[in-house]
Amino acid sequence: MTASTTGTPPPTSPDTSPEEPSRLTSTRAVVWQRRRAALARFWRDYRQQRAGVVGLVGLALIVVAALAAPLITDASGLDVTRAPGKRLEPPSWWPWGPGEAGEFFLGTDETGRSVALLTLWGARVSLLVGVTATLLAIGIGTLVGITAGHFGGWVSSVLMRVTDWFIVLPRLVLAIALAALLGPTIVTIVVAIGVTSWAGTARLIRAQTLAVEARPYLERARALGAGHWHQMTRHVLPNVMPLVLASTTLEVASAVLAEATLSFLGLGDPARVSWGGMLSRANASGAVTYGAWWYLLTPGLAILVVVLCFTLCGRALEAVFNPRLRGR
Amino acid sequence: MTVESSLVAGSEGSATSEPPERSGSGFGRYLLTKLGGAAISLFMVVFSAFFLFRILGGDPVDALTREIPTTPEERAALRERLGLDRPLPVQFADYLTGVLTGDLGESYQYQRPVMELILERLGPTVLLTGTALVLSASLGLWIGTKAGWRQGSRYDRLHVGVALTLWSAPTFWLGLIVVMVFGRFLGLFPINGMVSPRTPPGFWPQTLDTLHHLVLPAVTMTAVIYAQYVLVMRSSILDEMGNDYLTTARAKGLRDDLVRRRHAVPNALLPTVTLLFLHLGGVVGGAILTETVFSWPGLGLLAYEALKIPDLPLLQGTFVFFSTAVILANTAADIVYRFLDPRVRQS
Amino acid sequence: MPLLDVRDLRVTYQSARGPVPAVRGVDLTLDAGETLGIAGESGCGKSTLALTLLRLLPRTATITGQILLDGEDVLTMSWGKLRAVRWAGASIVFQGAMHALNPVHRVGRQIAEPIMLHERVRESEALARAEELLTQVGLPAWRARSYPHELSGGQRQRVMIAMALACSPRLIVADEATTALDVMIQAQVLDLITSLVAERGIALLMISHDLSILSSTCRRLAVMYAGRVVEMGPAQELFGDPRHPYSGALAAAFPKIGDPAARGRPRGLGGDPPDPAAVPSGCAFHPRCPLARPECATTDVELWPAGPDRVASCVRVLPAGSSREAS
Repeated sequence: MTASTTGTPPPTSPDTSPEEPSRLTSTRAVVWQRRRAALARFWRDYRQQRAGVVGLVGLALIVVAALAAPLITDASGLDVTRAPGKRLEPPSWWPWGPGEAGEFFLGTDETGRSVALLTLWGARVSLLVGVTATLLAIGIGTLVGITAGHFGGWVSSVLMRVTDWFIVLPRLVLAIALAALLGPTIVTIVVAIGVTSWAGTARLIRAQTLAVEARPYLERARALGAGHWHQMTRHVLPNVMPLVLASTTLEVASAVLAEATLSFLGLGDPARVSWGGMLSRANASGAVTYGAWWYLLTPGLAILVVVLCFTLCGRALEAVFNPRLRGR
Repeated sequence: MTVESSLVAGSEGSATSEPPERSGSGFGRYLLTKLGGAAISLFMVVFSAFFLFRILGGDPVDALTREIPTTPEERAALRERLGLDRPLPVQFADYLTGVLTGDLGESYQYQRPVMELILERLGPTVLLTGTALVLSASLGLWIGTKAGWRQGSRYDRLHVGVALTLWSAPTFWLGLIVVMVFGRFLGLFPINGMVSPRTPPGFWPQTLDTLHHLVLPAVTMTAVIYAQYVLVMRSSILDEMGNDYLTTARAKGLRDDLVRRRHAVPNALLPTVTLLFLHLGGVVGGAILTETVFSWPGLGLLAYEALKIPDLPLLQGTFVFFSTAVILANTAADIVYRFLDPRVRQS
Repeated sequence: MPLLDVRDLRVTYQSARGPVPAVRGVDLTLDAGETLGIAGESGCGKSTLALTLLRLLPRTATITGQILLDGEDVLTMSWGKLRAVRWAGASIVFQGAMHALNPVHRVGRQIAEPIMLHERVRESEALARAEELLTQVGLPAWRARSYPHELSGGQRQRVMIAMALACSPRLIVADEATTALDVMIQAQVLDLITSLVAERGIALLMISHDLSILSSTCRRLAVMYAGRVVEMGPAQELFGDPRHPYSGALAAAFPKIGDPAARGRPRGLGGDPPDPAAVPSGCAFHPRCPLARPECATTDVELWPAGPDRVASCVRVLPAGSSREAS
């Protein structure tokens, strides 16, 4: 009982007015208002993570560029049979060779195609594979994690043993095996990455599920007759989601790296342009020993920038959801 | 502890309570649990190897006879010789006994037992990976500790930035850059293989030449692993920094670096070591990529070579070998950890 | 010369919201062998005061004033001298909750550590002395080989006490040393502290929010509120007859067993301690004070005499008719 309360009644919500019927009697409106407020709070906290903002801006630019590629460039330049330039030309502004510089901003590859164009279009594959593989991994991981956390007992033991096994297993070795066996397509790569990346998320989600399920309102829901599905989807999942978001972002970073790696090893889809594939061809065609630095640097830097941006965003998200990590 | 027992402890001159019995059986049970878990994990490795390569991998007879025209009778004979006409569970049992006795099949391209090839290539991989691990662990833990201790300083921000950038760079790309810069442009170090063919035989020339060849791949592999170690150690130190026992240590009059070294670091190392062992799988990946780029004649290069054709027995063998190695390493780490953390010893 | 002489101590922390004054001008003296209790709620600055005595605050804190320990100012000492004074001149018994002791070092080693640091003895001798200290605080000597997590709360607190005595300091600061313990264990530990300190002639500065404990353990008592001392005097008299309304509220909140007047419900005090970043004007207590007068919001309060060997910063102790306005 504080001495500081004044005599005025608490302010009424801004939405009600004498003329309109009170919209706040609808639970949906309350829920949406709360969500908007939570989102505003989240953005305010996120903005304070400077590195995260940089990462977000970078990602936005890259995604826009990747999506706009068909609109702003001519895809015919990707066709090997219609390559516009000569083999391994240095960038147009580079006077020191090797070889004579052509008219391309970032030089050409071993078939004469523009490296800049290839890199731009490569973004599409890398981002596509990165995001879909991550969605697959997060999907499996969330399912396993929530099930193990919710049901407990032998279900949890079995699932967690399998999860731990996947965590310890060398990811690249398993991914290589899968990709080699299933044939070189984009779907294969997505599956290979997804199947090898879900375990970390599963463990995280299980821990969070256990924490959420210990809260009293879950007990109340059960007492009111909530079934397993209802509990897991309506109560546990929304509380677990913020953690999943940070984890997802970091997983995309890993997935992009994994895609580049698998493509470099020759397991990617040969019909599509990807950064890993470019580096693989650079290696195979002797561009490295030739000294064609533009061919080597550009796709690699592209990978680095994309992965770094996702990592910065992921770390910023972690800091927002776990205040203990802020200011690190 | 109950109120009663602490009252006993509080009474004057209490030599009445005896030290607890040293229980060796606690450790024995712990050991058995861990070894049992390892056995299950290893079984799962063999099972998934069989499942992946026999079931997803298609008919081995097709792969073997792809180039060679064969008659149906020859194929049937081949199938019988390889034991492919038996029911699947029997094939799995055969495979399992084979693995346990060291028979991992025969490589298509080399026409030699896979186990032989693996043992041949093991040495170079241990040399490269061992060097990289030692370098990255010592550098990473040291710098990670200092960066975390001076959180927010320029030192800290610089090193976190470097670590994040290195972590984001693909290992194979770093290798290619290193090859181009040092091999092509500067010509200081050799860029492939472990030993030059023209080096005279004899211990010293061979060793020095090997070391000369080791530099670039080791640096490449170290760079990426180091990044992870720095970030993990820094994070662990930051977790410890808020703890009161550090204030107690300072209040006793200890110098700042002693507080860090003697008190903070031992506590921070515990979760760090656990995490680092969990990431050994990533080290294996790094080894594969580095050896591929530098043509270092180790297991990683062997796995890459298995991707040609694809050489399924070789791929399967390297999969089983790598997985087994990582699982055994983690089991060993779990067992050793018990000796490091006094709080775990109680069970 | 007093053993400890704190003069106009002011401590300000830097926070994201700006500077936060935690201690706003404290004067204290403590003679050798004397016992002084400091009482107050959380946030009044008492723990900050304790940490400042050995300069254990983070570097971002601004400290002004003087802390004279045996005549030397702790705040301006060189680092080397400070490290020598720490633990050997004055030591602190922290609230021994899970984290005040290093979890991965054995308890004996932690007690021996300051001995080896300050006295240059061999490890074996330091450990032997650690075991002896353990027996003096009522623990068996073999406990020196235990880890902190193997001990109960009461036992850990005894270890902290043994550790504080290790280098025979002249002053021990007990910062909420018994707060987290069960009542029976609390009583034992308090008895232990007071007897050890009396035996060896060590000065004791005991910090707690529990006024009844302080009044029975210490000879003199100081009550802190919002970073300042609001009343000081002999402990029993202060507890029985408080001159500052805040001391009165604190005393009423902890009824004495056997005191018929306290048999009713303990009367608590409404409201919360002020936010250190936004201290009320005039007397910091006036928003919560049941006896506040209009001039309390504007008068700069100081510690005025309120009886023999008593001071209190309340306008009510001033002789009637002399009112002071804020200058």
